[in-house]
Amino acid sequence: MTMTQTFPETTTKTTIEKEPSGFTKVIGMLWRDKFAFFAALFLILIVLCAIFGPMLMGDAALHQNLRGRNGPPFVITQGWLYVMGSDALGRPLLPRVVVAAQNTMMIAAGAVVCSSVIGALLGLVAGYSSARVSNIIMRLADVIMSFPSLLLAVIVLYILAPSVGNLIIVLAVTRIPVYLRTTRAEVLEIRQRMFVEAAEVMGASSTRIVFRHILPMVIPTLVTIATLDFAFVMLAESSLSFLGIGIQPPEITWGLMVSQGKQYLATAWWLAFWPGLAIILTTMSLNLLSNWLRVALDPAQRWRLEINRKGAKANG
Amino acid sequence: MAEHLLDVKNLSVQFHTAGGIVKAVRNISWHLDRGETLAILGESGSGKSVSASAIMNLIDMPPGEITSGEVLFEGRNLLTMPTSERRAINGRRIAMIFQDPLGHLNPVYTVGWQLIETMRIHGIDKAAAEKRALELFTRVGLPQPEAAMHKYPHQFSGGQRQRVMIAMALAMKPDIVIADEPTTALDVTVQAEVLALLAELQRETGMGLLLITHDLGVVAEVADRVVVMNSGEIVETGTPQEVYHNPQHPYTKKLIGAAPGKGAIHDPQGAGKPLLEVKQLVKTYGAFKALKGVSFNLQPGETLAVVGESGSGKSTVARCLLRLEEADSGEAFWKGRDLISMPRKELYGLRRQIQMVFQDPTQSLNPRMSVYDLISEAWVIHPEILPKPKWKERVHELLAQVGLSPEHAKRYPHQFSGGQRQRIAIARALALEPQLIICDEAVSALDVSIQAQVIALLDKLRQELKIAFIFIAHDLPVVRDFADHVMVMKSGEIVEIGTAREIFGNPKQDYTRRLLAAGLDPDPEVQHTRRQEREALPA
Repeated sequence: MTMTQTFPETTTKTTIEKEPSGFTKVIGMLWRDKFAFFAALFLILIVLCAIFGPMLMGDAALHQNLRGRNGPPFVITQGWLYVMGSDALGRPLLPRVVVAAQNTMMIAAGAVVCSSVIGALLGLVAGYSSARVSNIIMRLADVIMSFPSLLLAVIVLYILAPSVGNLIIVLAVTRIPVYLRTTRAEVLEIRQRMFVEAAEVMGASSTRIVFRHILPMVIPTLVTIATLDFAFVMLAESSLSFLGIGIQPPEITWGLMVSQGKQYLATAWWLAFWPGLAIILTTMSLNLLSNWLRVALDPAQRWRLEINRKGAKANG
Repeated sequence: MAEHLLDVKNLSVQFHTAGGIVKAVRNISWHLDRGETLAILGESGSGKSVSASAIMNLIDMPPGEITSGEVLFEGRNLLTMPTSERRAINGRRIAMIFQDPLGHLNPVYTVGWQLIETMRIHGIDKAAAEKRALELFTRVGLPQPEAAMHKYPHQFSGGQRQRVMIAMALAMKPDIVIADEPTTALDVTVQAEVLALLAELQRETGMGLLLITHDLGVVAEVADRVVVMNSGEIVETGTPQEVYHNPQHPYTKKLIGAAPGKGAIHDPQGAGKPLLEVKQLVKTYGAFKALKGVSFNLQPGETLAVVGESGSGKSTVARCLLRLEEADSGEAFWKGRDLISMPRKELYGLRRQIQMVFQDPTQSLNPRMSVYDLISEAWVIHPEILPKPKWKERVHELLAQVGLSPEHAKRYPHQFSGGQRQRIAIARALALEPQLIICDEAVSALDVSIQAQVIALLDKLRQELKIAFIFIAHDLPVVRDFADHVMVMKSGEIVEIGTAREIFGNPKQDYTRRLLAAGLDPDPEVQHTRRQEREALPA
């Protein structure tokens, strides 16, 4: 109680001062959380690689050099492209990792975004509408869940051609139930809360209650699951490639590179190491950033990211 | 001077929070003797519970820190004692009763088992513990004590659970019992019974009773001495009579002045065409009849207070009228149209005219929306009320009307105190320009002085805007200054309905009289006569 009472006084000062623009405010809040700041930088780098990588290094990534097979890393006698070493066909690893970012990000982001959006929407419907609709949706989710996802993927990709688009669809479908169930469970709890009832008394429509009052409370949870799912999808994609129904060489993804490098682990660790590192760093960055986002989106928590600025202002 | 049983000297406790250091209590001293009842009176945030937590070693350190002072129990300083010794004292010599008994009883064990377990921890053998447990359950007045031993916490009512807690606290025959708001969550009649039980047990055992409360009435009822606290400091000490009749500190004066039930009683305006006409409203939940045919009328601009204890169906009336629950049968005519049978689509237009203010503003305001968004949502839903360019101005106007300032519009609900939040909720209701506002226990979660302010605000709004109110409360004194008509409810039925003057001046039903007598008056003398009246009434 004491805290809530003393808090308004401290905030009055900042509201009187000139509000900084939205963008600088966000950058300032990112800078407060150094981990999130560098995570964001890393993700920007990855996105740039994904967009421009194939354009700049596409040819280098496919250039075979059979005399320099499994070349060790940190040797630049053949040029700086070989700084990460080269693979079993003597292709330089650095450009391959950069080029692979595009396919990997497209598949992972596509699958995660599709599954989370569809899952969340169905979850909102299942949680807020009548028991019958809810039952139909939940049983459909059960059907998907009871089916081994890899088997489903094998069947679908056997019938359809293995392309990036189809891969996204298959991976998205198998992940939908996770979001659906989480969303529904949260909605069932939140719809009982008083502020939802208050909105109902004001005459708010169901759509408004769901999207304005319930969804913002569910999003932080969904974002957290989505970032964890990112890594899962990248690896699931690699196992599909391994079975020969995912992305096929000469196309590359990080997952595929890891699985190709697996057999050389004892003699040439760097084949699996660099793409593996890229997966780990991307997932970790997403995780750190989602953690920051959760705090930044919650008005009751946001002060943690603003608190230093207040101190700086008071001093300066 | 003789040694006191418990002596708190110059205690200061502070908490390190992200917002800086919060000094919870500063240099407070008080003492407690055997057979004495000391009340610590204060509002939320006054630090009244902190000294009790320090005694029981319940302060989390860090973030808490005891910066100075000592707590002497029989001459020994508890604060410097090794943890093992303190554990032997806690529960055995000093026991505690909490506000929320349900939260402090383990739901998966029977209450008898939990009571026996408490005693066995302190080394009493099983047979003796069982015998003592039964004795205690009988003593605290639980019905059928033997059967009660084998029941689980959820099978008891709130008052009975508090009796169980008292039995557990008394199990080891402690020298001191600390009761932290022991009756706040209970109905008035139950509150009176529990307080009487505590006083009786104290007379028998000669223990020292430390009572932490925000309620002047509780102080007047049982305390021998009272310590008044405000923002971490003791502002006044004395007997309840001294403090009530001759308060020295301005804060105490303000607190006593805020106690409800002293203003003039309203007289209703002449009868005209009723705004709302409720006829034979019935609602059942399974086999439980929540409403057994409730009928009443409400005139425009009038306030109807609905008073009853928990389970009386008073909130169900409101929820049925607003269609948050569907009534089983009955009619409710709002300007000639039936609210109960109206299709949902038509209801939308009516939502504007009937608004609700909920009990707990912390829960009824969406924590992720700013005050501006919360209030202007009304116009998003009903765009015909106000064109968008005027929203900002109107929000500022409404905030000023409920006693907040325009710059509050940018903030979020968690940055306000409980009273301020309730003002925001009222502003939100006003944004729709309603003709009827239903307040469901709108002030019961607030401190006494804040309660008085919010009621004054509602009264002002009624006069200025001619809004009718249905004011639901469990406490009669609160509605006395505000209501035109009072409706007393019990188990889904109307016991008595009449003007405020009739109900308070000349109650006809025994139940109403009992309810009036059970209410605690802040004046110790009035309270004394009331206690005698209560004892004279048939149970």
